Amino acid sequence: MSADVELDRVTIRFGHFTAVKTASLKIAGGEFFSLLGPSGCGKTTLLRTISGFLHPSEGSVRIGGEDMRRIEPNKRPTALIFQNLALFPLMTVAENIGYGLRVRGVGRAERKRRAEELLGLVALPDQGHKLVSELSGGQKQRVAIARALAVEPKVLLLDEPLSALDLKLRQHMRTELRAIQKRVGITFIYITHDQGEALTMSDRIAVMNHGVIEQVGTGREIYAHPRTPFVAAFVGENNGLPGQIAKVDAASAAIDTPFGTLVGRRGEGAAPGRAGTIFIRPESLRIAAAGETPSLEAELVTTAYEGSATHLFLRADDGRTITMTASNRDLAAVPAPGARIALVHDAAEAIVLATDAERPPA
Amino acid sequence: MSNPVTAAVLFAAPILVAVLFWLLGWRERRVAGDAAAPSFVERNGRLVATYLFVAVAFWALFMIVWPLLYMVDYSFHRKLPPSRRGGPDDVYTLENYWYFVYGSTRVFTSYNWVHINAFWQTIAVSVVVTVANFALCYPLAYYMAQVARPGRLRVLLLLLIVPYWVNEILRAFAFMVLFGTGGTINKILLALGLISAPIDFIGQNVALYAGLTYAYLLLMVFPLYNAIESLDHNQIEAARDLGAPWWHIHLFVVMPFAKPGIASGCTLVFMLSAGALAAPLVLGGPKTLWFTPIVYDRFYQAFNWQQGSAYAIILLLTCVVFVMLMMRLFKVSLSEITR
Repeated sequence: MSADVELDRVTIRFGHFTAVKTASLKIAGGEFFSLLGPSGCGKTTLLRTISGFLHPSEGSVRIGGEDMRRIEPNKRPTALIFQNLALFPLMTVAENIGYGLRVRGVGRAERKRRAEELLGLVALPDQGHKLVSELSGGQKQRVAIARALAVEPKVLLLDEPLSALDLKLRQHMRTELRAIQKRVGITFIYITHDQGEALTMSDRIAVMNHGVIEQVGTGREIYAHPRTPFVAAFVGENNGLPGQIAKVDAASAAIDTPFGTLVGRRGEGAAPGRAGTIFIRPESLRIAAAGETPSLEAELVTTAYEGSATHLFLRADDGRTITMTASNRDLAAVPAPGARIALVHDAAEAIVLATDAERPPA
Repeated sequence: MSNPVTAAVLFAAPILVAVLFWLLGWRERRVAGDAAAPSFVERNGRLVATYLFVAVAFWALFMIVWPLLYMVDYSFHRKLPPSRRGGPDDVYTLENYWYFVYGSTRVFTSYNWVHINAFWQTIAVSVVVTVANFALCYPLAYYMAQVARPGRLRVLLLLLIVPYWVNEILRAFAFMVLFGTGGTINKILLALGLISAPIDFIGQNVALYAGLTYAYLLLMVFPLYNAIESLDHNQIEAARDLGAPWWHIHLFVVMPFAKPGIASGCTLVFMLSAGALAAPLVLGGPKTLWFTPIVYDRFYQAFNWQQGSAYAIILLLTCVVFVMLMMRLFKVSLSEITR
């Protein structure tokens, strides 16, 4: 049913521009795998290479152990869901879903039956007769998924399909997509620039930047143990304070910053004397209790109340913005803007990464 | 005109049509209810609006509607010497139409096969020319609209347009030079040893069909190009990703989408081929019977403008009906074509 996808040192060049640099990945069969990165990082290029619309300049793509070289998109066991869905506007919903089957010579009655079945799967029963233009955004989404699943692909590729939906629907579709993936059990490769989407849905995530896969891991790993400064800054909110690494031991590292020496976990490449950055999550900062030695001090600029939590935006002495997030259960009183606040951070949750290092291999 | 009543009708009809359309537009605006929308005059200013209205009205009435109405009127009259016009003999009659069918205005025993054959042959060949034109232009338009990079596209457009700076008749003569028995193509074929004697391309009508196909190439390419260009390339890729071979994508994704463009291109090429005059006159072989030269001869050889008008109207109506039938068959509406 499902198949593993393997990228072996794939490089993709357009003229002089290298869109993807020696990307290697092993995606297990049945996995929900996300490629996360900012726009222009090469993730769509990589997806189009897996689906066969682009060919690697170097390296190879294997699906289910089979080398995909010279295998055209229409012969690959993949199905792609386009960012704009690319539903056929002149066909009904059922005709859209049945298109792949019609190509394969499946008869009309069987196509109709399969379309109904798939519409049931994506929770759109009895909508087969409608035109695509009569559907809402979320419904179109489901039709696109059904159309792709109709050809029984071993790997489903999704190119930011939720980006056009409004927030509420997007959140709903995340759960839905995950549930559909569980039901059909095939490999999903999902592309997104939204780290929230990647974190909530994926079994594993690859973070890409400038054509390079910087880190591969579960959401938890990537969030808690970023291996590069880019991953630390891109996945979730983070306060990055640059400085020079002072000393390290087995698990922790101290770094000299304009705010004084701060201690965090020892991250990738941290060694004394190197330039580095300590990344402190907003939620691992808290207001210092009386008598406690503060990690840093900053002036409160503004606050944002968000129901369960309050975000505090502070300005440090060097003009840097520092964000702190406090659970409203823990936050006794919100200080007034303009107040100078002493903050402490949890050294076990902060991480020191070298910034002058070569990129570590993913 | 022959009698004052006819003249009055002829003068009044176009104006009545114009007023009718204006009223329809006015009513539509009332019904649509968008009262806040600025009127045509408000949008353009009184001076410009008046100019536009007068210019368009003049163009439409004097260049299109009026001559056509005159022709319709002519076609139902007898050819009479000036002295007898407006007299008791100048009555409405179907004589000119009978002449097309029977070759006589009085004796209805035998059919006018020469003209009828030429007529249907013209229609049939026009269909062939249209189909050939489509077969030629579709790949080209698809390439231009979906495949070509901007630089290549500009070169292609230039290559397509530049030959049309040359006059239509000159182009027809150029085809004669190409296809003549001592022409370029025969010379090449002889030199290559592919044929032993020159082929009579002109006598076989090959030159005529080629010339007609080429003459209206642009009128096919551009509607097709416009239609295909607006197709989201992702749809082609989606079909391909779903396993479709290339011909399936063209037949079931691209062509249905481009149907209005295909219809308008085919209509233009068919209408203009059927009505072509210069190409058949220049490129037609000695045995070629094309209908338009016959119509021309009715006017300028037989000096029977009444009969010529009847012939022209027969051709026009047949073409219109044929196109309408085709559009009904392929389920294209008129509003889609004009989009």
